[in-house]
Amino acid sequence: MRNKVPVKKQPPEERKHNFQEVAYGYCLEEAMMEADRCLQCPDSAYNCINGCPVGVDIRGFIRELKEGNLAKSAEILKSYNNLPSICGRVCPQENQCEGACTLGKSGAFEPVAIGRLERFVADWERVQRKNEKNNIQVSKDNVKGKVAVVGAGPSGLTVAADLAKMGYYVKIFEALHKPGGVLTYGIPEFRLPKEIVFEEVEYVKSLGVEIETDVVVGKTITIDEMREEFDAIFIGTGAGTPRFLNIPGENLNGVYSSSEFLTRVNLMKAYEFPLVDTPVKVGKHVVVVGAGNVAMDASRSALRLGAETVTVVYRRSEEEMPARKEEYENAVEEGINFMWLTNPIECKGNEKGELTSVVCQKMKLGEPDSSGRRRPIPIENSYVEIPADLFIVAIGQESNKVLLNAFPELKLNKWGYIEADPVTGVTSVEGVWAGGDIVTGAATVIEAMGAGKRAAKAIDEYISSKVGKF
Amino acid sequence: MFEISEKKKLAQDVYSVWVEAPKIAAHAQPGQFVIVIAEEDGERIPLTIVDKTEDKIRLIFQVVGKSTTKMSTFENGDSFAHVVGPLGNPSEIDYYGTVLLIGGGIGVAPILPILKALKEKGNRVITIMGARTADLLILEDEFTQLSDKLIVTTDDGSKGMKGLVTDGMKKVVSDGEKIDKAWAIGPVIMMKFATKTAQELGFPIIVSLNPIMVDGTGMCGGCRVTVGDSVKFACVDGPEFEGELVEWDELLKRLGQYKVEEKESLEEKKEKNVQKRF
Repeated sequence: MRNKVPVKKQPPEERKHNFQEVAYGYCLEEAMMEADRCLQCPDSAYNCINGCPVGVDIRGFIRELKEGNLAKSAEILKSYNNLPSICGRVCPQENQCEGACTLGKSGAFEPVAIGRLERFVADWERVQRKNEKNNIQVSKDNVKGKVAVVGAGPSGLTVAADLAKMGYYVKIFEALHKPGGVLTYGIPEFRLPKEIVFEEVEYVKSLGVEIETDVVVGKTITIDEMREEFDAIFIGTGAGTPRFLNIPGENLNGVYSSSEFLTRVNLMKAYEFPLVDTPVKVGKHVVVVGAGNVAMDASRSALRLGAETVTVVYRRSEEEMPARKEEYENAVEEGINFMWLTNPIECKGNEKGELTSVVCQKMKLGEPDSSGRRRPIPIENSYVEIPADLFIVAIGQESNKVLLNAFPELKLNKWGYIEADPVTGVTSVEGVWAGGDIVTGAATVIEAMGAGKRAAKAIDEYISSKVGKF
Repeated sequence: MFEISEKKKLAQDVYSVWVEAPKIAAHAQPGQFVIVIAEEDGERIPLTIVDKTEDKIRLIFQVVGKSTTKMSTFENGDSFAHVVGPLGNPSEIDYYGTVLLIGGGIGVAPILPILKALKEKGNRVITIMGARTADLLILEDEFTQLSDKLIVTTDDGSKGMKGLVTDGMKKVVSDGEKIDKAWAIGPVIMMKFATKTAQELGFPIIVSLNPIMVDGTGMCGGCRVTVGDSVKFACVDGPEFEGELVEWDELLKRLGQYKVEEKESLEEKKEKNVQKRF
């Protein structure tokens, strides 16, 4: 077999009217067939593991799958990755494990569908777990130490699960009313069903991790109070403040940050309004600015809410688009329009303060800038006005200052993110670690998990060495 | 947690509840608010913390739509699903001299903690309480007790001075009071005109803005307002701002964003109740 075993998907005509998962995932036969494509490279040529930010033994879990040892396969996966059914769905595998796959590098074949296999094994394991219902009771008395984790997103959940496995008492403080961070409020159901997120969170809890929601650290409890009770603190609060364009008319009704739009839709389930209480504007003609995964999620959500047209505008070209290729292709299949080299410069509205159109300027690409991407340059007198009643700004996030303001001794970098060691996550304050988007700026779920994993190790070493001194 | 006690009806459609929330009570300061989710999967709504004890906070709300209707049916011993806070920046409490506090309608409730704190700092405090009619006035006893001077205004003259809070403001000044600082909290339109009047009368005024909020922690920008030359998020940069810098008309329009949906939501609720009954 030359190429990946294809995965069944909901047909575009159907799926653009619902929030159910687009890709169905492999059945056992398909998974075994795909696993068979893995060359089981010898150590010297073993590439995929280097592409995985948490270093999953990919060869191992695929080998066990190939031989039909699903339980063993899942065990291998779980020993590296606490949330595999999430990673199997949302990781940009093309840039990570699959991008490094020997088979893919041959040029003649597609890489092994590692993500889909991970998803298959993890989903199988979740079902087993549900049937087993084993509740591990962890005693708080006999622990190696107490660790507080701020934020229940991918990095926080990972650091917590790893430390719990090592014998620590871990408590996660989460500001929202549900755990998961971006997995819950950001990534839509049609890419990552919330039921799966909550089941994975339940797994983390089953390790003995406590999660307290409705706690804004720095407000509901202070840093000093946390320090008194815990031996170490991990900060994984993410890059949660939306960036706006700062163009005229951006406060008109019908203009959303992607964060607000997606929070309403995902966390508050506004797509079920009025059965749930949180409303969201349903646009007839929707414009989304940006071309990252968030822009894809926002545009495809707007379409599912009932928009007639959805147009994504981006100031660079298709080539520079940061979104995952698969999600971009899904969006195109569903009928999302893309306007490249187009940049919004004004939102126009009516006397009631409602958005009526987005005025854009056409761009051309100049020389590469510091990020290595070609710099977009406005073309004078080339304007295009797009009629719109909904405009979603998806141009990225900044660090959320609520916690940082309450923690002035914490050193920040010039972008306002926490300065932390890229390997260990150590910050400028003793006993405090940080990882994920609050350190790197908006990145990927798996990178946040990788940071959580490394910090867990470092925290263990720190607390163990401290205990040894007494 | 978040158990309700001492529920009291203060006026038509206005309720006061004490909610068990020790962590919030331990840290709340005047001017801060909480986000409440009444029932699981309900919406998140902001409410000012009106008072606190060691482990409880007091909230006062007016029934204006689906969520507040639901909240009004909760009795002592029931619990809210979620309460998070204290959120926002505290009021800047200091010794100013003579301070004028202006509360309109339900807006007198968030004035109460500010009044208490200002008194503790030794300020002379004059309060204006405005309501449409006498029976909509709330917290009169508390305000009478705490204020150095209290002026009640009603639109129809059914109690106190006939007229608006802005008429009360003018009267205070014409009575010879020199105002060093003022706060106005209430409907946007009232805060807008209170600001205008304060500017005419020549004293600085702080307002507490009430835009639509979702998370209340600065991660969505739904509550953004234009203040001076910049866009601020009321939940983390406010909710209090200098009145003269606020773009009032924009705020008014943004508050009307979900009128259609709010109506639809209420009607849906009525339908559900009908279904339940049969």
